[in-house]
Amino acid sequence: MLRYTAKRLLQTVIVLIGITLVTFILLNIVPGDPVNLMLGKISDPETIARIRHEMGLDRPWHQQYIDFLVGVIKGDLGTSYFLKESVVDIINRSFIITLKLAGFSFVFAMALGLVCGIVSAVHRGKALDSGLMTLALLGISAPAFWVAIILQIVFGLKLDLLPISGIDSGLCYILPAIAIGSRYAASIARITRTSMLDVIRQDYIRTARAKGLSERLVIYKHALKNAMIPIVTMAGLQLSYLLTGSILVETVFSIPGIGKLIVDSMLTRDLPLIQGTVMYVATLFVLINLIVDLSYAFLDPKIRYEKGD
Amino acid sequence: MADTLLEVKNLKTYFYTDEGVVPSVDDVSFSIGYGETLGIVGESGCGKSVTSLSIMDLVPSPPGKIVDGEILLKGRDLRKLSEAEMRKIRGNEVAMVFQEPMTSLNPVFTIGSQIIEALMLHKHLSKKEARDKAIEMLKLVKIPMPEKRVKEYPHQLSGGMRQRVMIAMALCCDPQLLICDEPTTALDVTIQAQVLDLIGELKKKLNTSIMMITHNLGVISEIADNAMVMYAGKVIEYGSVRQLFKNPLHPYTNGLMNAIPRIESDKEELYMIKGTVPSLRNRPKGCLFHPRCEYAKEICRACMPIFVERDGHKVRCWKYTDRW
Repeated sequence: MLRYTAKRLLQTVIVLIGITLVTFILLNIVPGDPVNLMLGKISDPETIARIRHEMGLDRPWHQQYIDFLVGVIKGDLGTSYFLKESVVDIINRSFIITLKLAGFSFVFAMALGLVCGIVSAVHRGKALDSGLMTLALLGISAPAFWVAIILQIVFGLKLDLLPISGIDSGLCYILPAIAIGSRYAASIARITRTSMLDVIRQDYIRTARAKGLSERLVIYKHALKNAMIPIVTMAGLQLSYLLTGSILVETVFSIPGIGKLIVDSMLTRDLPLIQGTVMYVATLFVLINLIVDLSYAFLDPKIRYEKGD
Repeated sequence: MADTLLEVKNLKTYFYTDEGVVPSVDDVSFSIGYGETLGIVGESGCGKSVTSLSIMDLVPSPPGKIVDGEILLKGRDLRKLSEAEMRKIRGNEVAMVFQEPMTSLNPVFTIGSQIIEALMLHKHLSKKEARDKAIEMLKLVKIPMPEKRVKEYPHQLSGGMRQRVMIAMALCCDPQLLICDEPTTALDVTIQAQVLDLIGELKKKLNTSIMMITHNLGVISEIADNAMVMYAGKVIEYGSVRQLFKNPLHPYTNGLMNAIPRIESDKEELYMIKGTVPSLRNRPKGCLFHPRCEYAKEICRACMPIFVERDGHKVRCWKYTDRW
């Protein structure tokens, strides 16, 4: 287990270094000069050159990269060109909002998805199964921004139950969380059903029944733990998407999270902020994948003991 | 004969598939006394496993269903019990060992926890008591270093070891009846012998009744008191092992005996029963065995034979009736 963890950690570090490099190169070759955008058309070449020098943009690219890398290691992602504020602070502020939203969405998606998937699998082929799976298909097919607007119309305007924009209270997160979470709930329900059906046919489930265990223990203890591996993979991947913010839903509900930050920084060519947000998104993906991989070891003892640990 | 522990009367278990009704177990009756071992022999698909699953009420449903019959355990009809009452029987009074040791243990729990689970459920032991008992059971089935093994996962054990664990798990709550569904089929020959010896030894030690399902006549001769031959869902011969091996009556039983390779025989080829087992969905009229039987006459093709009994040795064949 230790060896496996160490190996995966090393891989993670290599991937992260790769990400900094790719991010840096991509942003330096895309068209659009931030200085031009900042100063507008009136500026003379001298001023532009001066500002480029102040910002360090006239230095060779490898030096700029090394500075950037050193900054990343120190936890300093530079200062936003336009907001004149530390990139780390800006991201932290948005992240907390996205984190809350993601948390609500994730809990909603997992709870609904797992329950529907298990119920569907246990009642395979019956009306309940068909009904739930039709709903899941709808959930996957419906675009999140459309669900968002429908929720706003129904629960906000018609029923006047919940707020439809902003982040003034906890209640504000309910509708966006459902809008984002519904499709994840649907895909979790589908993979849970498939995985459970696969496990329920296994011989060890018959053994568990032959022992005299109640159906509840058979399903929720013996079957579910075996069925969890593909579910955890999918849930982990989805968690990364949730934490990097939903650009569309955050826009529809006017939520100043990471999704909105990405769009805003791109529109203004705010290089440090773009670099920072991309780094943030990429790092989150990599870390969550790492956690998912390590949790397999917890779920599946075969992985835990591989390679003579 | 000892008092009866299990009596199965006219059991019928059918499978309702899209292609039609499959009578997997068709009017099967037998009994097992206390401390007695009954062997059930037959080819794949003759209904022997479904018979055992019917007793445990574990027939996959749908498509399977027990249609008729009585399953009396100490005089109590198991078919009339509720699911909750039935759960108190399973693993407690009647336990089962399955054919595939490689897949019959849950891969994500330690073998200890899988044994402990049954003990805590049926014997209401504390976790610690159950653990001690689990170690004791592993010792009983001759697993070396049981204190260490109890913490291991199934994939860390060999097939033979896993089957021993299955036996320990089945026996941990002192069941009166142990159903072994081809417990040695998936094992290497040397391991087969060890596991059979173990079952024989435990039977003597614990005085458990055993229902041994197998397609291997050698296993029956070694371990069973009585034996029952099944063919296409029906019992065709039933008697003590001595009667059956000394004087097999049914042409099918005879064929099975002849098909055992013998080292002293100088024949070049192995004996083979002609033809194949009929499809259960489309069984022949009359005696189920007649298309493969060398003695088949008009009457065999027309009517299903009834049981003929001589000193407790029963056979379902027209040859032994006055109508032959």
